[in-house]
Amino acid sequence: MDALTGILAVLGALLVVLAGVGVLRFRDLYSRMHAATKATTLGFALVALAAALAVDAGRGKILLATVFIFVTGPASAHFIGRAAYRAEGIDVRLDGPDDLGDLLDGAAGSPGE
Amino acid sequence: MIALALVLLLVAGACYLVRLVVGPSLADRIVALDGLVVVIVAAVFVDAVRDDSPRFLDITLVVAMVGFTGATAAARFVERRGG
Repeated sequence: MDALTGILAVLGALLVVLAGVGVLRFRDLYSRMHAATKATTLGFALVALAAALAVDAGRGKILLATVFIFVTGPASAHFIGRAAYRAEGIDVRLDGPDDLGDLLDGAAGSPGE
Repeated sequence: MIALALVLLLVAGACYLVRLVVGPSLADRIVALDGLVVVIVAAVFVDAVRDDSPRFLDITLVVAMVGFTGATAAARFVERRGG
């Protein structure tokens, strides 16, 4: 283990901690998801890079797990966001124009639907 | 350095755990669990560096798959039942 591995691991862990603090302190669901998905992705990438540099025998598994998390992370965030939008009683605090709401209203109001 | 990274990941896991307990909505708890999965995988990576062995790397694959499946299923549950 050399210095570069340690620096990368600590930087990545710092970003993951920042994401955790954001999830803890932000005040509505979409802000928390913003912290949890974006900061975690870069932090996790740095930690995975450090591990791939240091552990010779496990590079395949590290790459596989990293790619899997990179592919599924946005997908599950999308599912949670859509579910929270449609469910009643969740504070999502929408700022600005609500394009999805207009789209859903238009689809419900148009004839033939 | 590696010990510091593990402690930082522990702090992050504690933040997600508090959000998991506090809520307030079911969707917040799903987000916290989803983040906790990433923290666990990162901690196993760092532990592999500390140990200099790939012994526990299989865990990361299983945890990542179960985490995605669980988050997706719970999101469907929220969409149908409300959070």
